[in-house]
Amino acid sequence: MKRVLPLFTSEPGEFPDARGRFGAYGGRFVPETLIPALDDLESAWRAARADAAYREELSALLQDYAGRPTPLSDAPRLAQVLGVRARLLLKREDLLHTGAHKLNNTLGQALLARRMGKKRVIAETGAGQHGVATATVCALLGLECVVYMGVEDVERQAPNVSRMGLLGAEVRPVEAGSRTLKDAMNEAIRDWVTNVRTTYYCIGSAAGPHPYPLLVRELQSIIGEEIAAQCAERLGRAPDAVVACVGGGSNAIGAFHRFVPDRRVRLFGVEAAGLGLDSGKHGASLSRGRPGVLHGSRSYLLQTEDGQVVEAHSISAGLDYPGVGPELSHLRDARRLEVLAATDAEALEGFRALARSEGILCALESAHAIAALPKLPAEVRDAANAAVVVNLSGRGDKDLATILKALGSAR
Amino acid sequence: MSRLSDAFPRGRTGLVCYAMGGDPTLAATEELLRAIDGEGADVIEIGLPFSDPIADGPTLQAAATRALRGGATLGRLLEIVERLKLRAPVVAMGYMNPVECMGNQAFARALGQAGVSGAIIPDLPLEEAAPLRADLAGAGIDLVPLIAPTTGPERAAAIARQARGFLYYVSVTGVTGARIELPADLAARLRELRALSPVPVAVGFGISRPEQAAALRGLADGVVVGSALVAAHHQGGVPAAAELVRGLRAALR
Repeated sequence: MKRVLPLFTSEPGEFPDARGRFGAYGGRFVPETLIPALDDLESAWRAARADAAYREELSALLQDYAGRPTPLSDAPRLAQVLGVRARLLLKREDLLHTGAHKLNNTLGQALLARRMGKKRVIAETGAGQHGVATATVCALLGLECVVYMGVEDVERQAPNVSRMGLLGAEVRPVEAGSRTLKDAMNEAIRDWVTNVRTTYYCIGSAAGPHPYPLLVRELQSIIGEEIAAQCAERLGRAPDAVVACVGGGSNAIGAFHRFVPDRRVRLFGVEAAGLGLDSGKHGASLSRGRPGVLHGSRSYLLQTEDGQVVEAHSISAGLDYPGVGPELSHLRDARRLEVLAATDAEALEGFRALARSEGILCALESAHAIAALPKLPAEVRDAANAAVVVNLSGRGDKDLATILKALGSAR
Repeated sequence: MSRLSDAFPRGRTGLVCYAMGGDPTLAATEELLRAIDGEGADVIEIGLPFSDPIADGPTLQAAATRALRGGATLGRLLEIVERLKLRAPVVAMGYMNPVECMGNQAFARALGQAGVSGAIIPDLPLEEAAPLRADLAGAGIDLVPLIAPTTGPERAAAIARQARGFLYYVSVTGVTGARIELPADLAARLRELRALSPVPVAVGFGISRPEQAAALRGLADGVVVGSALVAAHHQGGVPAAAELVRGLRAALR
């Protein structure tokens, strides 16, 4: 009999509370029209996660279709190139089907949509990885799929736009605002408000109104569960640190959640510093934002002094977002999460270092996590007996045009 | 009851007119508000522009973008309201982030200072509304809640119990903006809501033409017209907006 993966193993902990709050963050700040749909979603999710048939079906798909568990690769040459003395281990979500961790979430949500009798699925996407993962599961389960994507992202992530089309999804370019992920999400919410009775909204980040931050975290927590098991086998213990890039934060909370109660494991989130944290052109909401309300929940947010949301900037479309998931905001305030940042230029260097030392072309999002490794606190970075796991959330095929253009003659 | 509740006329369906504050300039809004008030709007809603208006369709999104480019801020819009001393009570309609950014109590004080009677926050549902409702009430301002076609009967009753000023029924599942047709069960929903609401019930979203307003005559205590007025003003200036208000008024008489 096939092994069932350790899904939804976390105890129903302190957070979120019954109102969907993680401390001061989270909640439900959406039009009244959507509240009954969110209630339905929450009860459908609670029923599904308690249902052995749902868990077994998802577990089988994650193994036989998506390719879980993903490997944990030692990266000694990368450590050497970056001047890191700790042992580096890469959690290879880039090897998951569709090329990123996003499929963990969309498989679970699409099965949930089917249980709820919804035939139409909508999604927002920035880098296109969540859009591709949603289009993929909709093809697999025979569901109609519409993906909203900012015009700027449609241009810079062209391969993923083509993929979504080939998978049978309709990509709707969004012209409004900054024409990136933020605006795609606005438009997806408007679609949901309009078609809420027939449509399932598959959010890709651990963000949005309750229960999405909980739902996405539970579906992505398999990453951290596997890291824990693989480290136990390989090291005989938990890692000393886990590092992940943070846009909305789904790969980060997925990798971190298992370790939150274990204070010996330090958790590092790496935000996009864009052209520099002081340039005003970045996506570093935890580093430089203030608490605010966007896309249905309260969380750290890049905003003006009048409370208008400002446009983020990052070379990486997946990190080009002015908000962040509410649980990460809570973990930051609780000082459980340590926040670092990497600029566009540093991410490109990180990308190149990983390519040349380990033979892996990673996504620009994940390259931020690589780029932050030399910035880890010395007691982690320079300890030869320490083990640091980096969540390599996606692969870089989609970014080749951006990278080649940015590296220019340097290549 | 409050000044806002009392503004809905007995024996006829009232007219609630919406203007996006600062679209395209503060001066234009000042002129428009004066005209709408002069044409006999029963209640005036002033939109507080926000960068990410998730409950709004293309017309109001574009208006908010123009207003923000034109330098509209909450403070400047309230200065206009305070100065105009309109005959009709004014309701501020805006999203939660700028409110929280200012601070709930400071927001309530600022509205009170300007003589605003009510506030509508479309992304603040019942579960999240209590703190702001209390702060607004402290300044004598009504927090007007929304009920949607998807709201079940028990929830509608709970929302109605907390309603102050008036109850805003969203006629369609969707964002703001003109619709060709209104839902068939609208009259029945309005009848139910008026039976359980302690305050007047106004209906909005999708109502753009005098014929649509006429069809709602007697079914609601008020009809809200937003996107259509914003579009008329954008295309034909104050005369076009005033003409639409006149037509709507006549249709509701």
